[in-house]
Amino acid sequence: MSLQNNASIIPPQHADERERLADVPPATWENPKPADRYHLVIVGAGAAGRTAAEMAATLGAKVALIEHRLIGAGRLNAGSVIPSKTIIRTSRLYAEMRDAKRYGAQIPGDIRVDFAAVMERVRRIRTHLSGGDSVRRLTAAGVDMFFGEVRFTGTDTLTVDGEKLRFKKAMIATGARADSSAIPGLTEAGYLTNENVFELTELPRRLLVIGGGPLACELAQAFCRLGAQTTIVQDLPLFLGGEERDAAQILSDAFARDGIEVRLNTSVVAVRVEDGQKLVDLVSDDYKYTIAVDAIFISIGRSPNVEGLNLEAAGVDYDASAGIRADDFLRTSNPHIYAAGDVSLKDKYTHTATASARIVVHNALLRGRERLSALVIPWCTFTDPEIAHVGLYVREANRQSIPIKTFTIPMHEVDRAVTDSEDGGFVKIHVRERTDQILGATIVAHHAGDMINEITLAMVAGIGLRTLARVIHAYPTQAEAIKKAADAYNRTRLTPRIESRLHRWFSW
Amino acid sequence: MMNITTAGVSLIQASVLTDEALLDQLQCAAFDYFLKTVNPLNGLVADTSRDNSPVSIAVVGFALASYPVAVERGWIERADAAQRSLAALRFFRDSDQSGSPTATGFKGFYYHFLDHRTGARVWRSELSMIDTALLIAGALTASMYFTADTTDEIALRGLVDFLYRRIDWRWAQNDGDTIRQGWKPECGFLHYGWEGYSEAILLYVLAMGSPTHPIVGDCYKAWTATYQWENLYNYDYLYAGPLFMHHFSHAWIDFRGIRDRFMREKRSDYFENSRRAVYIHREYAQRNPHEFAGYDENCWGLSACDGPSDEQPGVSNETRRLFGYAARGVPYGPDDGTVSPASVLASLPFAPEIVLDTVRSMIARYPEMLRDGRLSSSFNPTLTDANKCAWVSAGHFGLDQGIVLMMIENHRTERIWQLMRGCPIIRNGLHNAGFRGGWLQAPPVDGAS
Repeated sequence: MSLQNNASIIPPQHADERERLADVPPATWENPKPADRYHLVIVGAGAAGRTAAEMAATLGAKVALIEHRLIGAGRLNAGSVIPSKTIIRTSRLYAEMRDAKRYGAQIPGDIRVDFAAVMERVRRIRTHLSGGDSVRRLTAAGVDMFFGEVRFTGTDTLTVDGEKLRFKKAMIATGARADSSAIPGLTEAGYLTNENVFELTELPRRLLVIGGGPLACELAQAFCRLGAQTTIVQDLPLFLGGEERDAAQILSDAFARDGIEVRLNTSVVAVRVEDGQKLVDLVSDDYKYTIAVDAIFISIGRSPNVEGLNLEAAGVDYDASAGIRADDFLRTSNPHIYAAGDVSLKDKYTHTATASARIVVHNALLRGRERLSALVIPWCTFTDPEIAHVGLYVREANRQSIPIKTFTIPMHEVDRAVTDSEDGGFVKIHVRERTDQILGATIVAHHAGDMINEITLAMVAGIGLRTLARVIHAYPTQAEAIKKAADAYNRTRLTPRIESRLHRWFSW
Repeated sequence: MMNITTAGVSLIQASVLTDEALLDQLQCAAFDYFLKTVNPLNGLVADTSRDNSPVSIAVVGFALASYPVAVERGWIERADAAQRSLAALRFFRDSDQSGSPTATGFKGFYYHFLDHRTGARVWRSELSMIDTALLIAGALTASMYFTADTTDEIALRGLVDFLYRRIDWRWAQNDGDTIRQGWKPECGFLHYGWEGYSEAILLYVLAMGSPTHPIVGDCYKAWTATYQWENLYNYDYLYAGPLFMHHFSHAWIDFRGIRDRFMREKRSDYFENSRRAVYIHREYAQRNPHEFAGYDENCWGLSACDGPSDEQPGVSNETRRLFGYAARGVPYGPDDGTVSPASVLASLPFAPEIVLDTVRSMIARYPEMLRDGRLSSSFNPTLTDANKCAWVSAGHFGLDQGIVLMMIENHRTERIWQLMRGCPIIRNGLHNAGFRGGWLQAPPVDGAS
């Protein structure tokens, strides 16, 4: 996109930024002399690449980590996860200030948003947290760090800016980038993505968010709470298409309560600039209308970074939209080359990328047979309330003819949620029918992201609801909802026969 | 025909009437809605009693199902009922089926809202699959009741057969796994499909019973794959939030003892499921998580209904969110303190032991919600006027009166259920959906053709 079209975007010149950028692809960097042959060459220094590099180096392997200058999403410290969570915290604070009466408190007299200060905090925290990923740290761990254009030249060779590297195994982790859009006029009008939205220094007065996925939802709510007049447009009937209906519905309700203009089942058909504002044509079924905004944020999906790597020479199959094809062991069509992270995975999360990288190190270097499908991977959308999920969805189980039953605890049944006036949402734990085996869970709650970890632990450890019912939870905590679900399961074990026996037992 | 326009229960009467008498009066008053809002020239019935209300095709379906009840109860003559039914059926037969923006229908389906006088589409409404299903279910009820060898009744049965066979259910799949919810000439099929258990079970049964254009593939299986079997408040049930979703199909189909694959696996049936849903709604009101006024064991029932909105006078200073007409549900809302008394009364066949007490209690505590002897669409005890009276929805809604009338009848005599048990289309549809057992195993009794 054209930054010039967005007057509110100012290239970062802050001290924190200079430090961060200087730390990443150093201007005076000189690539090391390549080893004769590496045990593992990693292409892409994002979350997956860094994890694999550190792990392999710790094991004693000779490792090269290459950052492709032309690939945006794979570069060190890029990404929107940390900045978005940082800004969400500030936005929650503002929401709570405005909602103070609900807590019996007074609304502060003068609630003003200093957006520049908000963003300064975002950059400061991003810099702070990126320290551990610096080039210095990686090289100190024994990783040969390269910057440059990568091209595969054979099944076991590649070049970095023309310099040849030989490898026994390789891992491609070049990540993914925000999808561009074919909406007429959008490019000319200018738009924001997760790659530049956190460089804003002024809050757009009117913001249009296009997309209904996790990032779009998080950004829309955060910017609305910081004072932007926000409209979110999604061409499907609900947000978070993969999540269950009730969760998405609760999120829609929360958006409406926040004052976000929610436009579901609506498509953006054209954008134009008039009098310094962006006019956006929308269509919902047969209803066409135009809204005026000052900035547009778009998050409609991510495309894998597979171009320019000359993957054909390496014998690695890929698809421009689905990415590199890898089997359950994360091996590509070239048995010596593996893929990890967003470039090949359907679920594009940081923690999934790092988990897949660990599998690759095990399988590529230690002759492991670890499977991606064996991972239990939770995820969370950090809206308010948060929406977290792990394991199977009910519809997936039904399609696979797995008998499934859900134990539902509305958060209004949980004392701590009530005391905190955070009683919207639920805990739903799915079990195999007539057993206590947990197949999955969805949590919609203020701290759902933290709560889901208990379910994930139970699933990984093979702990069922019967055992969870025996786990004493500190009272009052919102995680007690999980105990309540387990208790509800236990009550279903009281069959009529057992009840009859108990009745006789107590009939004296 | 009796003068039922003066019928109607009052607060004083309600407290002394027997259950049977109370139900009779509420049912009679519900039927009166249809007499008051029908256009006798085309048989079309208004969506609400409010001025300039358009026609809802679903309400016409409820009216068609109600005429046989009215005949049996002596409220109108059989010939009169047949004529009223014929007027509507002839209108739909002759209606513009071009699918143009001002037509009445397309592919045998009809637009949701029609002009009361001309029957042309209004409000740019969608061609509605579920509302067409409710209309045709009412028409099938008429054809099962009017079985005499008279000119009128023979014509009536022919019309219903024609209208039913004309519906292209397969087209409504739009080559997808499930039936679409709607279609508009301006944009084609709407994005929405059916997801999760709902009143659409009637739609699927009718779509699978068709000898002309049945849905294909595993359409029903694909829909039931979106079901959620949940344990909530210690009840195991097939989840659907608003009460009406647990009612509408049951107005026509007696689901007691018949089971599809899903219910066989769950060792339950859809009737028992509705009973549990009723208890869950009561439980929710007792727990009253949002601390609304009035909610307790005798004041409950969240459903699709009218409600206060921020735009209405008198509630503009209200800080809580108000939802206007919305599908309110349990346990996730939306809930703004508005309850639907019709949804409680329509629960009568499932849980009479709690419904009757609740209806009596609601009438006693909120007499303002009973107007012309009919239950209003909704009331909200949290929003009160200067006289401490609850906010009450203006006028009446045809869907409320229709479901109340039919469910009271099923509770009292099982008349509609019995009629529809004999309907070969319903039987075939249920069979094709995998329903077995119960009355489906027995041969159809009188009324079946």
